Amino acid sequence: MSATAEPHVGRPLRRKEDPRLITGRARYVDDISLPGTLWAAFVRSPEAHASIVSIDTSAATARPGIHAVLTGEDMADLAGPLPMAWAPPGVEVNNPPHWPLARGSVKHVGDPVAVVLGEDRYAVVDAAEDVIVAYEPLPVAIDPEQAIAGAPYVHPELGTNQVHSWTLAGGDLEAGFAAADVTIQRRVINHRIAGAPIEPRGVLADYRAGALTLHTSTQVPHFVRLFVALLLGLSEEKVRVIAPEVGGGFGAKLQVYGEEIVACWASRALGRPVKWIETRSENMSVTHQGRDQIATVRMGATRDGQITAYHVKILADLGAYNMLLTPLIPSLGAFVMGGCYKIGAVTTEITGVFTNKCPTDAIRGAGRPEATHMIEVMMDQMARELGIDRLDLRRRNFIPKEDFPAAVATGVIYDSGDYVASLDKLLEHVDVDAFRAEQAQLREQGIYRGIGFSTYTEICGLAPSRITGPAGVGVGAGLWESAMVRVHNTGAVTVYTGTSPHGQGLETAFAQIVADRLGVDPSVVEVIHGDTGTGPEGRGTYGSRSLANGGEAVAKATDKVVAKAAKIVAAELEAAPEDIEVSGGKFSVKGSPEKGMTLAEVAGIAYIGAVPEGMEPGLEETTFNDPENFVFPFGAHACIVDVDTATGKVNVVRYVAVDDCGNPVNPLLIAGQVHGGIAYGIGQALYEHVVYDDDGQLVTGSFVNYALPTAAELPNFELDHTITPSPSNSMGVKGVGEAGTIAATPAVTNAVIDALAPLGVDYINMPLTPMRVWRTIQEAQAR
Amino acid sequence: MITAEFDYQRVSSVADAVAALQAGGEDAKLLAGGHSLVPLMKLRLAAPSRLIDISGVPGLAGIERDGAQWRIGALTPHARLAASDVGLLNRVAATIADPQVRNRGTIGGSLAHGDPASDLPAAVLALDGSVVAHGPDGERTIAASAFFSDYMETALAPDEMLCEVRVPAMDGYGFGYEKFHRRAEDWAVVAVAAAVKVLDGACVDVRVALTNMASTPLRAGAVEAALRGQPATAEAVAAAAQRAAEGTDPPADLDADADYKCHLARVLCERALVAALAPA
Repeated sequence: MSATAEPHVGRPLRRKEDPRLITGRARYVDDISLPGTLWAAFVRSPEAHASIVSIDTSAATARPGIHAVLTGEDMADLAGPLPMAWAPPGVEVNNPPHWPLARGSVKHVGDPVAVVLGEDRYAVVDAAEDVIVAYEPLPVAIDPEQAIAGAPYVHPELGTNQVHSWTLAGGDLEAGFAAADVTIQRRVINHRIAGAPIEPRGVLADYRAGALTLHTSTQVPHFVRLFVALLLGLSEEKVRVIAPEVGGGFGAKLQVYGEEIVACWASRALGRPVKWIETRSENMSVTHQGRDQIATVRMGATRDGQITAYHVKILADLGAYNMLLTPLIPSLGAFVMGGCYKIGAVTTEITGVFTNKCPTDAIRGAGRPEATHMIEVMMDQMARELGIDRLDLRRRNFIPKEDFPAAVATGVIYDSGDYVASLDKLLEHVDVDAFRAEQAQLREQGIYRGIGFSTYTEICGLAPSRITGPAGVGVGAGLWESAMVRVHNTGAVTVYTGTSPHGQGLETAFAQIVADRLGVDPSVVEVIHGDTGTGPEGRGTYGSRSLANGGEAVAKATDKVVAKAAKIVAAELEAAPEDIEVSGGKFSVKGSPEKGMTLAEVAGIAYIGAVPEGMEPGLEETTFNDPENFVFPFGAHACIVDVDTATGKVNVVRYVAVDDCGNPVNPLLIAGQVHGGIAYGIGQALYEHVVYDDDGQLVTGSFVNYALPTAAELPNFELDHTITPSPSNSMGVKGVGEAGTIAATPAVTNAVIDALAPLGVDYINMPLTPMRVWRTIQEAQAR
Repeated sequence: MITAEFDYQRVSSVADAVAALQAGGEDAKLLAGGHSLVPLMKLRLAAPSRLIDISGVPGLAGIERDGAQWRIGALTPHARLAASDVGLLNRVAATIADPQVRNRGTIGGSLAHGDPASDLPAAVLALDGSVVAHGPDGERTIAASAFFSDYMETALAPDEMLCEVRVPAMDGYGFGYEKFHRRAEDWAVVAVAAAVKVLDGACVDVRVALTNMASTPLRAGAVEAALRGQPATAEAVAAAAQRAAEGTDPPADLDADADYKCHLARVLCERALVAALAPA
């Protein structure tokens, strides 16, 4: 029982998850072994685009210990191809079939053609090399701008590479530009990156006695169950999907993957458990990637710095197929395209294009980092054009605090915000005048130091079903979240959440929420997640939704338990239920804390059955929370860089982040999320880039070439916060999982431009690799 | 990420290792720290039929001053070299990859692997070092200048084992090693190793070698010639460093095209020479 009356919510409790993670006792898919398991190894296309002429599996099948080699033809009884769950009303989306194993042709390097199943983990990899596939290479579409212009086609039967065209427009754009004294246009590139979780994917499927259990490293076990059931023709209750410990997802595990379907199908066909653990090489080439947008961005403003119009045309390279949410992802950015500014007219036009590359889908912020990068880089560009200080320009256009909840041109309602406060807080840490003096002094010594800012907002807490559902944005699922709170006989508590945390620390945060409300210690609150066989239906973890949506569900379910407990206590103490409060670890009558009952005592009554007349025994409650609105975290970040102008190398010397995610539940968890997010943002800005060559071969197939930054490349992060509660949920919380990655890329980019301004550099696109930075300096000097 | 099948054999003497190489044929490979070979095997870019593990061979890990030279056992890990007094090689070894690699990877393995992007080959070349190899016909010494024959190819015969590295003590020299890479753990995009001896304000001896500027490590002969005998001044260094890319043939890769690599070589050469001339 809680020894102190101080609430647990708001305190930096250490993570309940960490002991098992740190001591190596956590259980990932690869740690789970079942007797009789067959290992799977996939035969993957070395070609970016080819017809499959023939597949000779005889040599592989003849190897000792190999049980089967399956191709797409063998799996002809699948009920359908892999799912794509976005059907925007009134928009046509080209959606050619995407099979777990290729049928007739391959569309990108790594496309699976066959799977080898055998008794030994190593032997199946050897056998896979013995599967002889004859390919007839076809012309490839690699460059998205060429691909949208015409042939060659990724899916020739479509006669186009266009996936779809989608527009979100609010306000009178023409009038907005007419009112502008100055219009600027930039080509803004958000290049392709990988999710790169440290644990790659893995599956262990076990079909026996008519039921299927699938262990898979996923963020969305319930979605996986639904589609496994549908594709395999199984009744949904016969499928149990378990996401055990998941070592990071970053959106890359918000998916229904072909390997999951193949493992389940094969387990049913062969009567043996089937296990597949993805290699890093596979993860880099076939686990969905993100970003890859080329945008033409136009901004209009008056001379005195009022932004009047903003027009973004995005060409989104979606890769070879639509996966679960592929074409939707760029649209997620459209709702916050205008950032934290009051802009009367904002239009986003998105065109999706197929190329012979790995598909893109949700990665690390999914659409919103791209949007934030565009608006924040454009604000700096416009400030320079107008000769107005870039922070002043931001202040002149911030949506004022008193406007909230604020309806913006894109049609959403920002729940709460105080952008001036977060910028002011940032400037308490960053003395811009002192920096300018230091900068000038350093330039005399040949050191090019620059500072960049990003004042951002984002949209998260996915999602109000009425807005995102079929009649709204067109997602084919409600994105509510569930929770079940079960008090045991002894007053211990188990919480079942439909979210599926994979590193965020929600076991700790949810325990804090429950503990306060029930008057128990967080150590006796166990949070169970990621298992469709235990709790209610759920929707998973992504889009910074888990606390604002899933945590709210936990709070509501707990409140229901409290309400029932209060009735029990009221009967025992001969008081009115509304006079019962939880205080000092006890349920007691307001004003008489000495006479109270612990949760254990309440549970005892509930389970003995000596409950008040008309009440069911037991003490557990379930809630499905469908939020009224999204939540809109915001903040202000500053980045200081040094550029070695002789080599072009950028070094981040200081990074200060002020984030506002509403009421903090656990500041330690928030800091962890912000740290990781900023690392990813700096990673995208400076280091990471998925590169394909002109033939569609993946150049960045390992961590040698795909330059994920390490601790050695990153500065200490200086964090602070403001607190502006959200009105969208009872706890006043917002999400924070993606904030860092959404805010960081423009702060870094603007800092590099600031550093190089005296050399004539006024604009540069990511990734800011040394060679690109050096070349940009050379070009500027030559002008 | 899963290697092709191979046989594994652990040996406890140089003679056994050589015998095992002879018996194993062309596809047998020695395994020391495993930090160059094993990653290639996991990517199936290398598929030796037999690995002969020499990590337990006694007497091959150690650093010893022998008159005017250093004798460095082939199994000496980079971390030990980094902590030693061996001029130039100590500061080069300290930049290799990350602590795990430095604790496992060995100087013999790094040289025998012959990767032009690795740090130690150019450094040993700069010092006019040599390697001692044991084969069926006994021992021979191979000068570093004759050792690196092509991309990941060396003068070692398939049945020879590199047992020792010898470099001159270089007393009175100053050293510099400038490596350009994107992340601390990365291989060099380009690196320059320099050793300079100054007497009475003049550069009386200059050694400069380049990492990753061709299919093998290279000596920057034009730089050496330009600076030798010149005053030890910033101007002389800058002028000499301009010649760092002469005679190079850098392969283009993801991080750098040939022009940029040549530019980097000049920049890094100047910095390495400045470091070598700085008071110790």
